[in-house]
Amino acid sequence: MEQGDVGWWGLAISLLLVAVAIGISMWRRLGLEQSMLVATGRALVQLLAVGYVLAIIIDPDQPIAYAWAWLAFMVPFAAWTVSRRAPEVPGVFGLALASLTASTVVTAAVIFGLGIFPVEARAIVPIGGMMVGNAMTSTVLAGRRVVEEFSEKRHDVEARLALGQPWTEASRPGLRSALRSAMTQQIETTKAVGLVFLPGAMTGLILAGVDPVDAVRVQAAIMFLILGAVAINVVVIGTGVTRRLFTDDHRLVRIARTSG
Amino acid sequence: MLFEFDDVVVRFGEDVALDHVTAQVPDGGSVTCLLGASGSGKSTLLRLCNRLEVPTSGTVRFRGQPLDDLDPLRLRRTVGMVFQRPTPFPGTVRDNLLVADPDATEDAMHTVLEQVHLPVSFLDREADSLSGGEQQRGSLARTLVTGPEVLLMDEPTSALDPTSTKALEELGRELADSGMPVLWVTHDLDQADRIGDRRIVLVGGRVADEHQAQHYLDSEDAFHHHHGDETHQGHDDPTEHDEGADRGAG
Repeated sequence: MEQGDVGWWGLAISLLLVAVAIGISMWRRLGLEQSMLVATGRALVQLLAVGYVLAIIIDPDQPIAYAWAWLAFMVPFAAWTVSRRAPEVPGVFGLALASLTASTVVTAAVIFGLGIFPVEARAIVPIGGMMVGNAMTSTVLAGRRVVEEFSEKRHDVEARLALGQPWTEASRPGLRSALRSAMTQQIETTKAVGLVFLPGAMTGLILAGVDPVDAVRVQAAIMFLILGAVAINVVVIGTGVTRRLFTDDHRLVRIARTSG
Repeated sequence: MLFEFDDVVVRFGEDVALDHVTAQVPDGGSVTCLLGASGSGKSTLLRLCNRLEVPTSGTVRFRGQPLDDLDPLRLRRTVGMVFQRPTPFPGTVRDNLLVADPDATEDAMHTVLEQVHLPVSFLDREADSLSGGEQQRGSLARTLVTGPEVLLMDEPTSALDPTSTKALEELGRELADSGMPVLWVTHDLDQADRIGDRRIVLVGGRVADEHQAQHYLDSEDAFHHHHGDETHQGHDDPTEHDEGADRGAG
């Protein structure tokens, strides 16, 4: 067994920790036993299924088109996930699809076009996944922030509209503040990396026996690309949602109040 | 006519804010009060005038022209509005005036501050450091600097203490006396008596006829006499107003 290689037996033993979690739930009467079991079961089945599919896609004997197809499938799936997580955002699916496509195309062009990573299935799939995954989180965050901002600051925006400002101008301070707060999170993560947590790609490489400094180079490149992907996403979704919140005759639409 | 509302209906989803309203507001320097209880649709009626709302059906005309035919941005510079709560933008009073009119000269800024009885030295004060009454007068100055021909006041004193309320009422009167038509939304009968030249009473999204209006005014009157000063203080408390209900449920 190589270092970091978890065998079936090891996986089974790790379920002991799930048992600990279930024990805690029972002891503190949290009533979460069943959902923990379901979550554990789902995670296992989903990951194993993905693992088998990936094994086929990443196989160097298979055409690389499979890997691109996988990435192309991930984008609408991520957009769908965004629309489920932020249903209060108007036109969320279309906007998420647009912003995720934009950020994926741009970052993929940089990563693979400039040769940062080789154009191989084993790079396209995991790196694409990280791009889309992080971009997805930032899309949810930015979409929600914009809606919250214009809902909370309705007075301010309408005061600006009432002065005869077009919506593009009246929305500027609110949009700026929403974009800032949505991007700040990724900037903070980028700052804390290595000090507070070791990101996934690096952890995985180190576990697989790669030299830590090599692992860091890979991770750093990925972090910077994620930062770029997040910025593209936040701008596209933020501007798109803002447009949706105003009518052509420069009125702020009614925003349904949501608890989320 | 300054504004004509012709069989206007405004719906927000299920809620009917205005229910077949037909009314006229004459042009010229005077104060027209839109009077009604919270949720009667009076704010919605006002917001139709500068197109912050649009009718679900019916027509609103401004000086004879349907609002649909007018450029909303020009309309809003012609028909200025002051809101229920002061809305200072970040920065100084000068910054606020420059947001309203980026080309405003120092002279123009002095003029509007004098109009609202704020000292010229306030130009360099942070807008959000002013008192509520001063902020509201600052908001009025910011609207005036765009050179409006008509002024809409959406319960502008509801967040103010009695002294500031009196000051703002006097300003409204002065502007009307100088020739500017003012539409003033209030639920306060005494205020309507103090400042209004005429009133449109709204009850449940409809313009009240003589009989209904009298009934509403009598019940308001009885309420005031019964509660005395306590009621007055209640009216000055912004938390009492459910703006959402007023605009939304109408």
